[in-house]
Amino acid sequence: MTINQLSIFIENKQGTLLQVLDLLKKAGIQLIATNLADTVEYGILRIICSDPQKAYEALKGEGVAVAMTEVFAVEIDNEAGRGADAIASFVNKGVSIAYLYSFIVDGKGILIFRTDNPELAAEAISNDGLCTLTEQDLSSLV
Amino acid sequence: MNIESPYFHPDMETLSRPEIEALQLHRLQQTVQHCMQSPFYREQFKQCGLHPEDIRTLDDLRRIPFTTKQDLRDTYPFGIASVPLEKCVRLHSSSGTTGNPTVILHTQADLDAWAEALARCLWMVGLRPSDVFQNSSGYGMFTGGLGFQYAAERVGMLTVPAAAGNTKRQIKFITDFGTTALHAIPSYAARLYEVMKAEGIDPRRDTRLRVLAIGAEPHSEEQRRRIEEMLGVKAYNSFGMSEMCGPGVAFECTEQNGMHIWEDYYIVEIVDPDTLEPLPDGEVGELVLTTLRREAMPLLRYRTRDLTRIIPGTCPCGRQHKRLDRMKGRSDDMIILKGVNIFPVQIERILLQFPQLTSEYLITLDTADDNDTMLVEVELQEFFTDDYGLLEKLTKEIQQRLRDEILVTPRVRLVPPGSLPRQEGKAVRVKDLRKKY
Ligand SMILES: [Zn+2]
Repeated sequence: MTINQLSIFIENKQGTLLQVLDLLKKAGIQLIATNLADTVEYGILRIICSDPQKAYEALKGEGVAVAMTEVFAVEIDNEAGRGADAIASFVNKGVSIAYLYSFIVDGKGILIFRTDNPELAAEAISNDGLCTLTEQDLSSLV
Repeated sequence: MNIESPYFHPDMETLSRPEIEALQLHRLQQTVQHCMQSPFYREQFKQCGLHPEDIRTLDDLRRIPFTTKQDLRDTYPFGIASVPLEKCVRLHSSSGTTGNPTVILHTQADLDAWAEALARCLWMVGLRPSDVFQNSSGYGMFTGGLGFQYAAERVGMLTVPAAAGNTKRQIKFITDFGTTALHAIPSYAARLYEVMKAEGIDPRRDTRLRVLAIGAEPHSEEQRRRIEEMLGVKAYNSFGMSEMCGPGVAFECTEQNGMHIWEDYYIVEIVDPDTLEPLPDGEVGELVLTTLRREAMPLLRYRTRDLTRIIPGTCPCGRQHKRLDRMKGRSDDMIILKGVNIFPVQIERILLQFPQLTSEYLITLDTADDNDTMLVEVELQEFFTDDYGLLEKLTKEIQQRLRDEILVTPRVRLVPPGSLPRQEGKAVRVKDLRKKY
C-alpha cells in the first residue's frame, strides 16, 4: 500500500542540491514531487519520482547519502475539506504522521506522508475507503 | 631461533628489575663517557661541571641536563653526533614546520640494534617467520617504513614494502600474497576497511590478516577496538619516534594493556612538563628518554613532548620492562579552548562510542565575537533515517557527551558518509582558524 520515496541528506553547502538534481537528470529520472526542509546544519530532500529504484542506484553509485523510505500516497477529491477528512481518518485511528506534503495533478489532490505505524494507517485507509496510489499510478502521471 | 619461545631475546626480555637497573647503570656510564665525543654534550657537561665519573648510581642521571628538540635544530645537521661522519651509514631527517629540520644519524650498529628492538616487539605479539608482513607505511624519511622493513625481515617474515597509499593495490597485495600482519597508522587501517567493503571484500572471509601494528598517530582505545572488529584482527599499539631511531621503543604485548618500553635500550622518566620534576609511576607527565644503545647520536634525557604515564605494577606476561600507557597526545597537539586543555583523542574516544558514526571526524577551531568556537564534524556510517527528530537527537547526544568529557560545548555537525577528507598519510583532525593575538 506504500510507495518508495527517496530521502537524501543534503549538506548546507552551495551546490549540493544541484549536484543531486543533475545526477537524477543524467539518469533520466522525472520528478513528480519534492520537499526540502532544512535545519541550520543540513537538509533532507524528499523526492517522489518516475523510477525510484533506478534513481536510488544512480545516486548511491555516486556516493550520495540516499535512503529509500516507504510513504503513503493518498488521493483525495479536489474539494475544500477533503484533506481534513483524510487526516481525520488517521487521527481517529491514532496514527501519528511524521511529515506530510501534497500536490495536485489532473484535478486530484495527492497527500504524501510517512508514519511510524504503517499497519495502523493501512487499516484506516481500508476502513474509510480512502484511495491510495501505487508507484505505477504515479509513474503513469508523468 | 626457537619459534616455540615467546621471547625473541630471552636473556633481555626475562631480566628481573635489579638486573635491568644494573645493566642500565653500566650502559648509562658508557653512554655518558661516549657523549664526550659529541661537541654539543661536551659543552653541556662543561657548563654544568659534570664529569662522566660522576655517574655512580642511576639517580645521578638527574645531574644531566635535558636535551630538547630545539637542541637538535640548533646543532643541525651534525653538531650533536658522537662519532665522525664516516662511521655513519644512514641519515633520517624530520622536517620542521618552524626552523631547521632535525637530523638523526645511524651507524651500522645502530641500525642493527634498532631492527633487533622492533623484531623483539613483533615476535612478542606472536609473529613468526611463517607470517607475511605488509608494511603500509611511508618509506623514505619516515622511519616507519625502513624501520619495520628491517625488523620484519629480522624476524624472518616475508616482508612486503607496500608503502603508503594506493589502497586498492594494498588490498590486492593482502589477498594475493596472503598477508597475515600489517603495519599502518590507525586512520589508514580504517580506510582499508572502507575500501574493502566497497569492493565486496570481507576481511575475515577473504584475507588471512590476524595482526595489526598501529602507531605514529594518537588514537583512542575505542579506535583500536573498532579496527579489530572491522578487520577481524588483534591490533597492537606501537610507539617510537625518529629521535629514538623510530618504531620499536615500546610495544604492547598480547595483554594489550600498556606498551613495554625496552629498558635495556632506554631509561624512561616521566616529568612534570612545567617544573621538570620527576613524577611517580601512574602519574601523567612528559616522557623523557635516555638512549643506552646508540653509537652515532646518543641522546641524554631527551624531552619527547609526548604525554603519558607509566602503568604501575607488573604485567601478567612476565616481562619486567615497564609499561607506558597509550600516548595522551603530544603537548603540541593539545588544544587550549576557553582556557581548557583538550586532546583530540578525548574527542575521538567519545565519538567512536556512537555506532552511527564512522571513525572520521574533523575539529575546527575559530573565533566568533572574540570568543573561541569549536565545531566537530562527524560522519554518518549511513543515512539511517530521514527523521529530523532522530538526527537532532543524535546530534544533541553527541554534544552532551562531548561536553561531559571536555567541559566545553562544541557545535556538532552531522555530515554525509564519505564526505570528510581521507588522508593517505597521518590524519588531519584539527583545523585552527582562530585569530592569533
Ligand atoms: Zn606484558
